[in-house]
Amino acid sequence: MKISENWLRTWVNPDITTEELVATLTMAGLEVDGTEALGAELAGILVGQIEKAERHPEADKLQVCSVNVGADENLQIICGAPNAREGIKVAVATIGCTLPGDFKIKKAKLRGVHSFGMLCSGKELELSDDHDGIIELNEAAEIGTQLVDHLGLKDTAIDIDLTPNRGDCLGIKGIATEVGVLTQTEVNPVEIKTIPATINDTVEIKLSAPQANPRFVARVMKGVDINAETPEWMKARLLASDIRSIDPVVDVTNYVMLELGHPMHAFDLNNLEGAIEVRYAKAGEKLTMLDDTELELRDDTLVVADDKKALSMAGIMGGKFSGINEKTTDLLLEAAHWDPIDIAGKARSYGMHTDASHRFERGVDYDLCAKTIERATELLLEIVGGQAGPIVDQIDPEHFPKPRSVKLRSARIERLLGIQMSEEQVEDILSRLGMTLSADEEGWLVAIPSRRFDIAIEADLIEELVRVYGYNNVPSRKPVAEMAMIRQPENRLQKLQIGRLLAGRGYQEAITYSFIDKDSQQLIDPGVEPLPLLNPISSELGVMRTSIWPGLLKAVEYNQKRQNDLIRLFETGLKFVPGEEGLAQVPVIAGAICGRRYTENWEAANDKVDFFDLKGDLEAIFALTAASDQFEFVASQRDGLHPGQTAKILRNGVECGFIGKLHPQTQKEFDIDEAVFVFELDLKRVLGRKLPAFNPLSKFPAIRRDIAILVKESVTSSQIVDLIGQTAKHWLNNIVIFDIYRGKGIEPGYKSVAIGFSLQRSDRTFKEAEINKTLERIISALTEKLDAVLRD
Amino acid sequence: MSEKIDELLNRGLTAVADAADMQSLEQVKVDFLGKKGELTSQLKSLGSLPAEERPLAGAAINKAKKAIQAALDERKTSFEAAAIQDQLSSESVDVTLAGRNSQVGGLHPVNRTLERIVNYFAQIGFGVEEGPEVEDDFHNFEALNIPGHHPARAMHDTFYFGNGDLLRTHTSPVQIRTMEKTSPPVRIIAPGRVYRCDSDLTHTPMFHQVEGLLVDKTTSFSDLKGVLDEFLKHFFENDNLAVRFRPSYFPFTEPSAEVDIECVMCSGKGCRVCSHTGWLEILGSGMVHPNVLESAGIDSEEYTGYAFGMGVERMTMLRYGVNDLRLFFENDLRFLKQFN
Repeated sequence: MKISENWLRTWVNPDITTEELVATLTMAGLEVDGTEALGAELAGILVGQIEKAERHPEADKLQVCSVNVGADENLQIICGAPNAREGIKVAVATIGCTLPGDFKIKKAKLRGVHSFGMLCSGKELELSDDHDGIIELNEAAEIGTQLVDHLGLKDTAIDIDLTPNRGDCLGIKGIATEVGVLTQTEVNPVEIKTIPATINDTVEIKLSAPQANPRFVARVMKGVDINAETPEWMKARLLASDIRSIDPVVDVTNYVMLELGHPMHAFDLNNLEGAIEVRYAKAGEKLTMLDDTELELRDDTLVVADDKKALSMAGIMGGKFSGINEKTTDLLLEAAHWDPIDIAGKARSYGMHTDASHRFERGVDYDLCAKTIERATELLLEIVGGQAGPIVDQIDPEHFPKPRSVKLRSARIERLLGIQMSEEQVEDILSRLGMTLSADEEGWLVAIPSRRFDIAIEADLIEELVRVYGYNNVPSRKPVAEMAMIRQPENRLQKLQIGRLLAGRGYQEAITYSFIDKDSQQLIDPGVEPLPLLNPISSELGVMRTSIWPGLLKAVEYNQKRQNDLIRLFETGLKFVPGEEGLAQVPVIAGAICGRRYTENWEAANDKVDFFDLKGDLEAIFALTAASDQFEFVASQRDGLHPGQTAKILRNGVECGFIGKLHPQTQKEFDIDEAVFVFELDLKRVLGRKLPAFNPLSKFPAIRRDIAILVKESVTSSQIVDLIGQTAKHWLNNIVIFDIYRGKGIEPGYKSVAIGFSLQRSDRTFKEAEINKTLERIISALTEKLDAVLRD
Repeated sequence: MSEKIDELLNRGLTAVADAADMQSLEQVKVDFLGKKGELTSQLKSLGSLPAEERPLAGAAINKAKKAIQAALDERKTSFEAAAIQDQLSSESVDVTLAGRNSQVGGLHPVNRTLERIVNYFAQIGFGVEEGPEVEDDFHNFEALNIPGHHPARAMHDTFYFGNGDLLRTHTSPVQIRTMEKTSPPVRIIAPGRVYRCDSDLTHTPMFHQVEGLLVDKTTSFSDLKGVLDEFLKHFFENDNLAVRFRPSYFPFTEPSAEVDIECVMCSGKGCRVCSHTGWLEILGSGMVHPNVLESAGIDSEEYTGYAFGMGVERMTMLRYGVNDLRLFFENDLRFLKQFN
């Protein structure tokens, strides 16, 4: 909300600078977003008087004026305005000044006569839309003064970013009260006079929805002059508050809203038929708003209606038909109380947001309705004249807000704030905030002013106390706490340990959005219908990811397009998989690698990564669990992955992830130029770690034997390793496949596998005969079960 | 006899001197000192000499053997030394060439910052808690004292799903979930992703927050000030960092405070980053609202608590001078590698 500093200072004028005022507001929770110096763009425009006006010798429509601007000599200025004439006071742009729109005033010569400045219209100074003639200032304008001073335009607009609890500060009155309390300065509120009725006209008011609208105040005014001019001072204050001047009646209603914080509305009385009724709209009831939008109302929406039709959306915006127009002569003024909870969100639900709805949603002082009308009446009588009828103040006593009191205990102040406040301090602060205190045994019972919708419980009062006391005057107490150790289960890996391992192996951690475009999601998980957002930023971010891969693959593509020839990325986060038992939010770690195995180097080692690079990284992760033997890679198929280079990863037989080469087609869809290998692991299944359990070290040597066997291509290395393990049992100390050969001397469809294994006993040295026997058993097992042939 | 030995000695020494390499040296040893070597055969032939000549001849032969052996050893040592010299000169490398496979990766800057933040609080006994990102209305709003009609809902720009669930707009629901399942004292820190339906130069629809919560029997606003003041000075590693607390409004805390620090870019002198105010808004905090404690089943008369939350991207930007929020989610390796 923008407010005029000049205006504020007419209410409360502490002896502090603008900067200090701004700091005071900010530090009290009324955060100032910025300030704007007003009137600066009109510097150099002076009040002048035309002392002589003669026809230009060469041009019928121009006049040569002699203008007194308070200097030693009058200025000769040529003017084409029809209203330029002797005696009037005018706005004079002198040589060297710049008009809005960057129009610089220079000495000029018009048809042979010199001109030393310019007489300005309202439009030229952007003060109004009037361009029919030059501005005529009132008689009292002092010649030679700056126009901004004369018009009261020199001001600072203070932009306050109010938090939603402080509806009471959405007007000069509220801010002035705050400033008064904070600076201990007396506040001079505007005097609100009771305007006696000079006519008897009234309109009947029916409160048909009293829980949402327990009070409605109205007054008839007749015979107003809608063509009267809003006074300059009022326009200036509206302008400083970013509100456009429209017509004098609307200007007054806006002015009073800015002044007192209470929105009001004016109807054209002659467009009303019968009584006023506040009721909920009929579903589908139509209403054309002041801004010309046509709405179909819902039946949860409160309207102000007459006997025939809805007139306005209550507390939000007036209707066009009943609004003030250029023919208006008679008015009905409205100031009503709308319950914040009833009105909350209504404007937004129609895509609207108005100054009125903003205030009523936050709560407007319900004791102010009649005063608002009185204040508006006074201003209207001054500006547009006419006759005022009596005030009709319709109240529903049952639903009208009751006086509220909140208990405040001294002990609780200390408990919550950690400081002691004296009784005097408490009473001083709260009473300056307009609260009435009555002391009791534990503290006080505090009566809350009707404007403070944010104070409902004791903690709210304590906040008020510390806010005025000053947050920064509360001492900081260094953390003190019961010493309690945090559980750190040794049988769980931290996901950060995995991240660090991958980082050590050259991976860069990425963070991609949790929502992705459905097309990418479908490339990876065509069988899974993702969870769509109702209101996504764009369809690119339209569904929750069911896998981290699409995000990572986009990052791969992004970096590949930027000449990165070695890409290793990983990410941890949730994936969101809808299922029969609802949405599963699964923590996973996923990675993608692409390009070189090592950075480009001076050796020949410039190979590209392959499946086994990635598999090695995963095996390193599994090694962190000290339970590598629980993990198993099983050849498998998965959407988006290469059918011949994909494995499901099992831990103790339960699926815990996937690894594979991206399917060439999918790779193309993601616009990636090179083979990409990806993995994803279910973190919950991976993080379990085995505690070390000591095994005595064998004192006896291990005996190594190497064999080479010929097997069909379809026999997997894990089949061979598992079979040897089963056969050699606990004597097997280590086993490794150290060569795989295909080609010359080997029949197509077969491969030669060279295996080295070492055998060891923990109780004594192996005897040669034992070893040979074991070897024989291994070979016969390989022969029987895997059709292997021992090679010489 | 002695001439013969002298001649043998001379020949032997010459052969040693002439040996070109280890192999020929070995041959010399065989020729002279080997089982069938010339000096050995002289020794064998001693028996054929008259008895009175034997000791003299024997001594001469042994002397010659020793002399040749010494020459052999010396020559061998010099060959070995030369071989090592050769090895050394053949093995020198250009030590300025790049080492092999030296690349390392690193954590994302946001997670790097998260880890630092979490560690500071872990040191003083805060445990880490996480929660779901697809949340229900109750935990994200209702239980945090933000009922459906509350104007604060408009500030949250929430992403919704068809069933009324939403993407959490802050990490505060973790407060509720933790209080629901444990009893006080509660001391937790909750890092994680949060979402707001907003995207421009200074907003991304996803970002990270860290939430802290302490509920105990004597917790006061003064404690909140102390813990945040201490944390901020440690995080920015500046013991003189100015920290100020400003009244603000969050529905789930009362009193509520925004926390500002002196601008770390200009040391409070005023610059573009701090909009020339000298201050940076860095944290939201406050004393847990009694309604929040009650909705999580904690007696608000017996217990009080404080809570705070901060944006991790903002902390990262200020700590490392990153000037564009959007870089965090582009995953450009040139950016990520700067934080390794």
